[in-house]
Amino acid sequence: MQRDLPVLVDYVLIPALNLALAFVVGAVVLGLIGVSPLDALATLFQGAFGSLDGLGYTLYYATTFIFTGLAVAIPYQAGLFNIGGEGQAMLGGLGVTLVCQAMGGYPLWLVLPLAILAAMVGGAAWAAVPAVLQVKRGSHLVITTIMFNFLAGAVMTYLLIDMLRAPGDPSPETAAFPPSTALPFAHEWAAHLGLAMEESPLNLSFLVALVAAFLTWLFIRRSLLGYEIRATGHNPSAASYAAIPVGRVTVLAVCLGGACAGLVGINEVMGVLHRLVLGFTAGAGIVGIAVALMGRNHPFGIVLAAILFGALYQGGAELAFDYPQVTRDIIVVMDGLVILFCGALENMLRVPVTRAWQRWRTVPA
Amino acid sequence: MSLIDVLSVLAATIRLATPLILATMGGLFSERAGVIALGLEGMMLAAAFAAACIAAVTGSVWLALAAAMGISMLLSLLHGFASVTQRGDQVVSGMALNILVAGLTPSLGLAWFHQGGQTPALEPGQRFMPIALPGADSLAGVPVVGPVWNHLIGGHNLIVYLAMLLLPLSAWLLYRTSFGLRVRAVGENPHAVDAAGLSVARLRYVALALSGILVGLAGADLSIAEGAGFGRDMTAGRGYVALAALIFGKWRPGPAFAACLMFAFCDALQVRLQGVALPIVGVVPVQFVEALPYVLTVLLLAGFVGTARAPRAIGVPFVKTR
Repeated sequence: MQRDLPVLVDYVLIPALNLALAFVVGAVVLGLIGVSPLDALATLFQGAFGSLDGLGYTLYYATTFIFTGLAVAIPYQAGLFNIGGEGQAMLGGLGVTLVCQAMGGYPLWLVLPLAILAAMVGGAAWAAVPAVLQVKRGSHLVITTIMFNFLAGAVMTYLLIDMLRAPGDPSPETAAFPPSTALPFAHEWAAHLGLAMEESPLNLSFLVALVAAFLTWLFIRRSLLGYEIRATGHNPSAASYAAIPVGRVTVLAVCLGGACAGLVGINEVMGVLHRLVLGFTAGAGIVGIAVALMGRNHPFGIVLAAILFGALYQGGAELAFDYPQVTRDIIVVMDGLVILFCGALENMLRVPVTRAWQRWRTVPA
Repeated sequence: MSLIDVLSVLAATIRLATPLILATMGGLFSERAGVIALGLEGMMLAAAFAAACIAAVTGSVWLALAAAMGISMLLSLLHGFASVTQRGDQVVSGMALNILVAGLTPSLGLAWFHQGGQTPALEPGQRFMPIALPGADSLAGVPVVGPVWNHLIGGHNLIVYLAMLLLPLSAWLLYRTSFGLRVRAVGENPHAVDAAGLSVARLRYVALALSGILVGLAGADLSIAEGAGFGRDMTAGRGYVALAALIFGKWRPGPAFAACLMFAFCDALQVRLQGVALPIVGVVPVQFVEALPYVLTVLLLAGFVGTARAPRAIGVPFVKTR
């Protein structure tokens, strides 16, 4: 395949330009709110990377966003858009909860794999219905996954209020899990190594997320099934002609996406909250869309984009702390702008950049 | 249930259906023209915010209404710029609008009014109040007729009546005018429209502008008619329910209108039924009634409740062929 653009321009320059545009508009919004954009950027950067615990928070947020980014990216390889990360993450959290509540007292090396499995099964199960409906009945996955997000919310509210709530607890959350099921925090490990690190919610899940991203890359790029998923995404009829079971491959891709979303439960429920709390996903599924678009649906791109968004979330918290007129909603604005410029308006700069590149190439230097 | 209970549920149905109907009809024109209306939630929320801001600052409901329709139309056109001119992904563009507005409204609200992201509570003169129909006083004492005239047919704000008028209006516009024919054609087969010498992009932009105006009315209903001010995330998923109603109504004005009424009725009933034991099924958890629109839509999409066929060219950017 002949490329119009070199990889560096296609995968680095254009996303960077789109991101810059999003930041420019974000700066205008900050100006409207009455905050100097440059001061805000300095606060943001300092908050996200300026201290060890700030960095810990950044990577903790990034962990969740890697999972939800992969949840969008894997189905995307099969040509489908999964907006259901939010609901799939909730069900993943439910799976983690059931394992952690049942397995108090067992060693962590036994509990963690089971919890990971339960998280993936929960997320995949919630993705399976929309996936099968898409393949068998042609229901649009975007619409059904949106509906399933609302359904997941209703199911979790019902379960947490009527079934799982700790006796006597007025808020919709379960009792704390047995302490033996808690994942180790990064600052605890640092203390073992004799390093002083302030407390942050960064935990073992970050490594799980990195492994998940690497395995996704291996699976998509280096396995037969991954090849079949990509072939289906590029051209379903050609894939079908090549004897690829397009329907089964599609369902698999969407369910794997759901499984990745389910892993959010490992980071949030098992790693930090140590209990199931209503609304623990807090919009992470939505951020996953921005992360996947920013990372061009490539696992390594997603890790980088997730760290960027983790930094935005952590820096945004600092910003909200320093400026009374700013809340963390400003980060949601940035999410929206990134999705707009890196996703919907992605072609806006691509055309002029391609033209400029070609002109530059044809003129002899 | 007494007559008064039945009446109050029905009146609540009409009130709750109003923003749904307006947003659904807005979505109808967008989707029939071939542009996915995933940004309804964001457009409605932005309109609600703009209306509440302008009403609070100027005190004029009409300026506020214009602002609501204007901002919603601008967002709709931005969606058009991304999906028609730039041929971007329409799902992504719609989600971008929703997320952007969800963050922008409380941020600007906090900065401008310092009330935790809300706008100031509006006085009766700054919003659309319930209208008493003629003869309301003299009929008040009459059994059955009086309450029906005063509380079911009358006693709603102006936007409610606009929403009810919208059913015949949009059906007429879509099926009885050349504009409607073109909108439907551009959503089914844009190449034919192009071959007939009409601009596909122009038609889609006009449909999106109309869509924006209607969705703007929906937002205004929430913040300056039904409610008295803007609250964070006050649309609470209504944009998605409207989208569900549009699909449930198979992209046709009449059935979509009926779907809105049905979803609103479920909503109104659910408030009444909280904790009430029904015969046979017992107490139904609130969440199940709330989830009903979504379940029904999924079932419909799965083809278990009739079939829904979307406009053929929906979501596909138009590329002129030679």
